Amino acid sequence: GTRRYSATTGRSITKVLIANRGEIACRVMRTAKNMGVQSVAVYSDADRNAMHVHMADEAYCIGPAPSQQSYLAMENIIHVAKISAAQAIHPGYGFLSENTEFAELCKQEGIIFIGPPSSAIRDMGIKSTSKSIMAAAGVPVIEGYHGEDQSDQCLKEHAGRIGYPVMVKAVRGGGGKGMRIVRSESEFQEQLESARREATKSFNDDAMLIEKFVDTPRHVEVQVFGDHHGNAVYLFERDCSVQRRHQKIIEEAPGPGIEPEVRRKLGEAAVRAAKAVNYVGAGTVEFIMDSKHNFYFMEMNTRLQVEHPVTEMITGTDLVEWQLRVAAGEKIPLRQEEITLRGHAFEARIYAEDPSNNFMPGAGPLVHLSTPPADLSTRIETGVRQGDEVSVHYDPMIAKLVVWAADRQAALTRLRYCLRQYNIVGLHTNIDFLLSLSGHPEFEAGNVHTDFISQHHGALFPTRKATAKEFLCQAALGLILQEKAMTEAFRLQTQDPWSPFASSSGRRLNVCYTRHVTLKDGKTNVAMAVTYNHDGSYSMQIDDKTFRVLGDLQSEGGCTYLNCCVDGAAKKAKLIILENTIHLFSTEGSVQIDIPTPKYLASRSEGTQGGTTAPMTGTIEKVLVKAGDRVRAGDSLMVMIAMKMEHTIKAPKDGRIKKIFYREGSQANRHAPLIEFEEENPEKGD
Amino acid sequence: SLRPCARAAAPRLRAYHGDSVATLGSQPDSGSAIYQENYEQMQALVNQLHERAQHIRLGGGERARTLHLSRGKLLPRQRVDNLIDPGSPFLELCQFAGYQLYGKEEVPAGGIVAGIGRVSGVECMIVANDATVKGGTYYPVTVKKHLRAQEVAMQNQLTCIYLVDSGGANLPWQADIFPDRDHFGRIFYNQAIMSSQNIAQIAVVMGSCTAGGAYVPAMADENIIVRRQGTIFLGGPPLVKAATGEEVSAEDLGGADLHCRQSGVSDYYALDDLHALHLTRKVVRSLNYQKTLDVTIEPSEDPLFPADELYGIVGTNLKRNFDVREVIARIVDGSRFNEFKALYGDTLVTGFARIFGYPIGIIGNNGVLFSESAKKGAHFIQLCCQRNIPLLFLQNITGFMVGKDYEAGGIAKDGAKMVAAVACANVPKITVIIGGSYGAGNYGMCGRAYSPRFLYLWPNARISVMGGEQAANVLATVAKDQKAREGKQFSSADEAAIKEPIIKKFEEEGNPYYSSARLWDDGIIDPADTRMVLGLSISAALNAPIQKTEFGTFRM
Repeated sequence: GTRRYSATTGRSITKVLIANRGEIACRVMRTAKNMGVQSVAVYSDADRNAMHVHMADEAYCIGPAPSQQSYLAMENIIHVAKISAAQAIHPGYGFLSENTEFAELCKQEGIIFIGPPSSAIRDMGIKSTSKSIMAAAGVPVIEGYHGEDQSDQCLKEHAGRIGYPVMVKAVRGGGGKGMRIVRSESEFQEQLESARREATKSFNDDAMLIEKFVDTPRHVEVQVFGDHHGNAVYLFERDCSVQRRHQKIIEEAPGPGIEPEVRRKLGEAAVRAAKAVNYVGAGTVEFIMDSKHNFYFMEMNTRLQVEHPVTEMITGTDLVEWQLRVAAGEKIPLRQEEITLRGHAFEARIYAEDPSNNFMPGAGPLVHLSTPPADLSTRIETGVRQGDEVSVHYDPMIAKLVVWAADRQAALTRLRYCLRQYNIVGLHTNIDFLLSLSGHPEFEAGNVHTDFISQHHGALFPTRKATAKEFLCQAALGLILQEKAMTEAFRLQTQDPWSPFASSSGRRLNVCYTRHVTLKDGKTNVAMAVTYNHDGSYSMQIDDKTFRVLGDLQSEGGCTYLNCCVDGAAKKAKLIILENTIHLFSTEGSVQIDIPTPKYLASRSEGTQGGTTAPMTGTIEKVLVKAGDRVRAGDSLMVMIAMKMEHTIKAPKDGRIKKIFYREGSQANRHAPLIEFEEENPEKGD
Repeated sequence: SLRPCARAAAPRLRAYHGDSVATLGSQPDSGSAIYQENYEQMQALVNQLHERAQHIRLGGGERARTLHLSRGKLLPRQRVDNLIDPGSPFLELCQFAGYQLYGKEEVPAGGIVAGIGRVSGVECMIVANDATVKGGTYYPVTVKKHLRAQEVAMQNQLTCIYLVDSGGANLPWQADIFPDRDHFGRIFYNQAIMSSQNIAQIAVVMGSCTAGGAYVPAMADENIIVRRQGTIFLGGPPLVKAATGEEVSAEDLGGADLHCRQSGVSDYYALDDLHALHLTRKVVRSLNYQKTLDVTIEPSEDPLFPADELYGIVGTNLKRNFDVREVIARIVDGSRFNEFKALYGDTLVTGFARIFGYPIGIIGNNGVLFSESAKKGAHFIQLCCQRNIPLLFLQNITGFMVGKDYEAGGIAKDGAKMVAAVACANVPKITVIIGGSYGAGNYGMCGRAYSPRFLYLWPNARISVMGGEQAANVLATVAKDQKAREGKQFSSADEAAIKEPIIKKFEEEGNPYYSSARLWDDGIIDPADTRMVLGLSISAALNAPIQKTEFGTFRM
């Protein structure tokens, strides 16, 4: 018969099911392995070959790709826990991690839910409730209205009482959804309605609360830990101020410029908060902090946070291990006074997104992926490998890069060094943005706040400068050498491998071969004249400047490196040529140079000339035009849902619609042509 | 005399029994006055060669080129560059065709670019009209070069690609290009014959193909035409108007749309030059052509000595002797040479070596030919023919020995043996004239008349029936004898008046550019490029299966 487990604690965990995917699933499994605990993975159809599936001791499919039918399908997960005889479920973050119902269900089924009791989740999940509990426990709370009366009039009055600017926020909100900042009374109504609409759509609940809006605030959060024995400790604060789209992008611990006294106060307030709800396990108490370092309770996250590694790095702890031990009924491994703070840690979140396009989330294959080497002070927390796909179904985070050093400046230097070695080709990432962000003098000075990105927008999104000619030479050399390698491969498979015709010497009789190469630097075409010298070097002429270039390709650990010497200056860069783009990664940063497609290929394979393509993989929600319609440039043609967001596909030019390739409800892949236009005046062509 | 080699060969496979030791070549005394003088003089000739080639490479005048480019067309050499495999070499032939041939009229490269390059991995003969030179019309030398290119293609079974952009016959020269056997019509005859021999004929119409020219694409196995640029018609719009009164645009009369959609004269429709070349590469890929070698190959190896030492060793003074083995040492793989009959008939050096891994039998001159040398040469040629080994002639020859003893010794029949062997040899023969080429020596050493697959000249080369001075002396002696018979005086001034113009004429006509302009050879090459050019030439030659050789009667 099956063994029955009591819902109470006090038994060891030898097998844990991780009800999650991606990097956090891998993260939990790593600790489980270290502790000798078997791990059970669950996966959706889309994740059949995912890294977390391979890492686990056992893995079970729990449904199709959409998370509603897989990672959120509680019954399926509980079923797997039973058949695999896992004593506990680790929910990771997101998905079911803060789901009261699931925590309850685990309890009923006699499975340990690695997290707080469901009551704590419930109490902290509703913002108005959490605030009143905190206020009662003596935790500073920001002024606001959390009342039942949701009439426009009432909300407006309270907004006036609190004083503009105020924040209108969905009671059940999170992740910036259903949240609006209202700067004056005149825009209150409009913003309120907008917030309600979004809240209804996202949470099926349009209850709003109103809060004092703190201008340029910092987001400071404290890691706390509770156990079944009534103990609670804090593991210092993290600063997660720098956010885009109200989501964190770079986190650090400890908070820069925070005095020990403030730190202690923060920690103690957080412990009071945890104790007020009999908190068990890992939790985070989020505070909003003004420029004078006054802090106010915002909310409590009843889970292990994405950014927990920075806390681990400065305290030398393994919070997942703590979670497992506390869940098994043990006491917190360290007493408050035993927890010490050492050094400084940063975490940069590497996302598949396009920072220059309002951080639009992306998806696609990780055609090339190479990371800095991991060591004691560098952690690569990821759930993907080269060749994997960032799926449209889930969060577009690719990895977390975590670094530690003795002080903030050293850690920051290290972060930037490692970011430059984090090279991804195949989709847009925010790596370059993270580099400019972490390199900004104000960030370096620790002057962070939640409006950091918009305030320093100009510096963080520099207008694209022309690539230095030396890099263009590198790119051209990379192209020529790769071509040479291909010729070489062909040569060796022929029966005539030593014929000088098979070489890439470019030899001509009595003259030197000068090859005209056009590269595309952003939107500018750069014409280069590359002369093949007899000694194997190349003379590359751009405008009126000529460089002497030579080098070779070298394979190292699955990557191709370009050793390039331009006018005597030798450089080494990672080289990836994918489709029509040359990517160069070096310690000087990354360079991306396009190879223009010949006209005859462009007109055939790319639909862009005569139509529109899907910006990312997603579902066609609405088709607004039909074949034969005349449209003007900028007219909306289609609405697409991708990454949980709406994207309107607009007409690139005036014209008549020839063909629509997708019906409403169908799925379109990235770059797939959506709509074709009639060819205008075919006689003129291009 | 040869000193021990200071430079050691790299260890290689099967290098036992001392095989790895280089057997040829010596460190030159580069500090010597003669070496330095030689070096400087040859360097000057090479520089002149490069300058002249650089000028020829431009093609027609600047205005013509600008106009051509403004139409979105590529220049002929750019077309070749984009047609062949990226970064691969191109062996241009007859670069100096038409050089100073038509007085003030410059016809760079004879108005047509020809050479061998790899297209989609297949070695092809590429012939590209240069429309910037008199509209790409055919001068007599243009016809001759086009036919020479076809001859090379036929002998070596190379796929032909014609990049056509030509106004057809150059009318003022019609008598010299139209009626004879080796005139314009022969181009299409050759196309038909080659097609019948399964040598693919591909035409790319990138400009006009009028009248006779229309047959180049029409007789091709497959052709590609560029829209709004390429036209094919038997009679152009002016001729049509004159003949029938019909008014029609060139495009409607013979453009890409007409020929691809209606007439079926063309097979592929290209949007521009680059597209046409892209399509051509695809056509070649679809030939299902495989080069099969009739010879063994070994990994290629560089010679142990730098090629430019040839400048200092050979020089430009033809009266100065050098050991042809020093030349061989700077051409062949690993400077390894297996010399045959080294101690017999030593004015002719014969032996086996490899160039870019291909086997080669080398025959080089080390002085005037005696009976023994000639017999040795004939023997060696027989060996190579029996073994399918291509032959390389390094020609630097004043001729066969003359004089009573030698005639009595039968030098005529011994020379005939060598000439007969050379003529009959069916293995690929390649000749490089590295010095003088005089008299019957030219025959014995596989001159143009003996159909070497390729014949190249070094810039120091001289070709004539005999040396200018000898010729002048012969004529002066004849004149003096005649005067003596008539009992007249023959002053030294008389002698000079006879000799001077002869010497001058021989000097001019023996010049390599004079030869190359008239297509007596396939090109003038930098001595330092010899190895590369030979490697490319052998590679091209091996596209054709090596035929069995049948020798005729050798007079014994």
